[in-house]
Amino acid sequence: MNNFEHQSLPPPRSEIGLLGWLRKNLFSSLSNTILTVVAIGFLLWLLPPLFEWAILDSIWMADSRKECWAKMEVPEGAACWAFIKDRLGLFVYGFYPMDQRWRVDLSFILLICAIFCVLYEKLPGRKFGLMFAIAFPFITGWLLIGGLGLELIETDKFGGIMLTLIIGVTGISFSLPIGIILALGRRSNMPVLKSLCVMFIEFIRGVPLIALLFIASTMLNFFLPPGTQFDLLMRVLIMVTLFSAAYIAEVVRGGLQGIPTGQYEAADALGLTYFKAHWLIILPQALKISIPGIVNTFIGLYKDTTLVIIIGLLDPLGIGRASLSDAVWAGLAKEVYLFVAIFFFICCFAMSRYSLWLEKRLSTEN
Amino acid sequence: MDIVNKSQNKERSVVSRLWNNKDARSVIIQILTIALVFAALSIILHNITVNLAAIGKDFSFDFLGHTAGYDITFSPFLDYTSSSTHFEAAIVGLLNTLLIAFCGIILATIIGFIFGIMRLSNNWLINKIAYCFVEFTRNVPILLHILFIHGIVIQLPVPRQAVNFIDSFFLTNRGLFIPKPEWGPNSWIVGLCFIISIAIVIILRTWNKKRQEQTGVIYPIFWISISIIVLFTLGSFFLTGMPLTWSVPELRGFNFRGGVSVRPEFVALWLALSYYTASFIAEIVRSGILAISKGQNEAAGALGLTKSRTLQLIIIPQAMRIIIPPLASQYLNLTKNSSLAIAIGYMDLVATIGGISLMQTGKEMETMIIVLLTYLVISLIISAFMNWYNRATALVER
Repeated sequence: MNNFEHQSLPPPRSEIGLLGWLRKNLFSSLSNTILTVVAIGFLLWLLPPLFEWAILDSIWMADSRKECWAKMEVPEGAACWAFIKDRLGLFVYGFYPMDQRWRVDLSFILLICAIFCVLYEKLPGRKFGLMFAIAFPFITGWLLIGGLGLELIETDKFGGIMLTLIIGVTGISFSLPIGIILALGRRSNMPVLKSLCVMFIEFIRGVPLIALLFIASTMLNFFLPPGTQFDLLMRVLIMVTLFSAAYIAEVVRGGLQGIPTGQYEAADALGLTYFKAHWLIILPQALKISIPGIVNTFIGLYKDTTLVIIIGLLDPLGIGRASLSDAVWAGLAKEVYLFVAIFFFICCFAMSRYSLWLEKRLSTEN
Repeated sequence: MDIVNKSQNKERSVVSRLWNNKDARSVIIQILTIALVFAALSIILHNITVNLAAIGKDFSFDFLGHTAGYDITFSPFLDYTSSSTHFEAAIVGLLNTLLIAFCGIILATIIGFIFGIMRLSNNWLINKIAYCFVEFTRNVPILLHILFIHGIVIQLPVPRQAVNFIDSFFLTNRGLFIPKPEWGPNSWIVGLCFIISIAIVIILRTWNKKRQEQTGVIYPIFWISISIIVLFTLGSFFLTGMPLTWSVPELRGFNFRGGVSVRPEFVALWLALSYYTASFIAEIVRSGILAISKGQNEAAGALGLTKSRTLQLIIIPQAMRIIIPPLASQYLNLTKNSSLAIAIGYMDLVATIGGISLMQTGKEMETMIIVLLTYLVISLIISAFMNWYNRATALVER
């Protein structure tokens, strides 16, 4: 027996560090090298001009498009962010009266608090936080519309990012409970309830949201008692909520199907009623499985809020398009679209990252 | 015990006894639900009649036979003029919806699979480029994509300075101009030969599969099929004396003549819908392929299958089972999203019957019913196909 221990040699230089990483990930074979070269060429073609256009050569201080273009070396050769800066108030608050904008600001702060209460689980006194989160849509509704001591603001003054958040948050907070009820109805043993839920879900899922919004804007008044005036924003909110509730219902149904029958039987054996069994045993597990799907539906809803511009409400995209027809700034479409795209990207990407994180955290617990 | 129970039962009212009986309770709830639904429906119907009578409207579909009186700029299948009826306008709209859905589905699938495979690439750069594209595209609303692409398309050069590909494809602000095939007298023979060659290929593949299951011998069936189809079709094409000419678009005055012209709205909507849906398809493809466990790959390797055979015989058939259902629902989404055509003036179903016809006739109720029912039928057909496919490919479990 040879007791002499070989000292393990360090890995070859070409396998570790930056060089090894490059070899492994970019130049591992001939075809891979070709792909890398093509990709680098593509990025060189795309990124530097984009960077120059958007940042290096861009103009931040100007009072009109002409002034903007006059400041550039090549007219129209760079972004004119002065436009967005000039219209930022409109993009955020819509046509909300200038002296009342503190109400919107306060709502934004409350929204952040509510989101924090819902998402941050270690918060002391979280029970009150959750109660606040449930009350939040109603508090904000009062704060924004007014009444009871506050000046009344017509909802057709709402617009911009504020409108997106109103539709998004209302849709998200009301579609989840409605969706869960629909999903439970679809799995119910009672044929009448079941077929009603199936009909509702399949109908909503089968038609485009834009058709439903048209119904909200043109037809819904026929359904109501004569003389009822029903706010357009309210009608839109109802339609958006019902629309995403149908999708949530399908996601939750998937989650319910993933619960083994043993769980139902165990709940029955303990003598729990239907409501207690679902509230304590079934739903917590089913919702946990369906988190990714639910968040995806929420992201879809949030993006779909832009469709309201087709029936005449002005969300950021609508405000942007309206600003484009302003003679002082006309012709700056790229800036508007990029600005709105970045706004939506930040919101939606954050939501999807959070859902990924939550999924990972919940799965390690098991 | 019995005595106590009985006395308690007597004390309970009939209602509470019924309520505590599971079957009776379910019947009661259902009867109540039906009553509620009927009450709601009758109130709504009553409101509708009262409201319609108040503004002097009636409920009828007669307007479908009336002259529409508006132009539709894009009607590739039917001859539509402003003297056509509202019904014809609706049909044109439906055909336009189906056309954009069909073209969009094909392009979205191609782009989606390319990006899905790029996301699985070992090459770090390719992987990240695909990741950025997918994440940016799918986190931005589709309407924004459509408006953005439309903005680019209408800023393309005028026909005189058209973007020119090999002197036959022209991209201008009036749309895309492509050559149009014009078939000669004997061209049906070529078509027939093409169909026959496909039939031969199908027979050959069935035979090959049976043989493979019995003996394990595999022929390079893919290349054989391709060459059969190409040889047959090309052979008959040359034998019949090349009965095909191309009508190439030519610049006359301010616009192009000849060839097929594709409206800019169509191009914009098609591209935007395709790459937006493709970003979702890419994720579906990626997760479908990743869902096949590593063991499958290793088992195939242990059996001595080559890498391409593993992909063809082991990975793809199993991945498709996971990919197809969400893929079908993406196709459905694309079809429904095509209704956003109205934002850029492409005349689809919602824009014709649900848009201009609605405005002209004031028949909100009737036109919206037509639109909703049409979309419902389309989605029911797609989901019926999906269910059939699911059943056909489901794992047979013992």
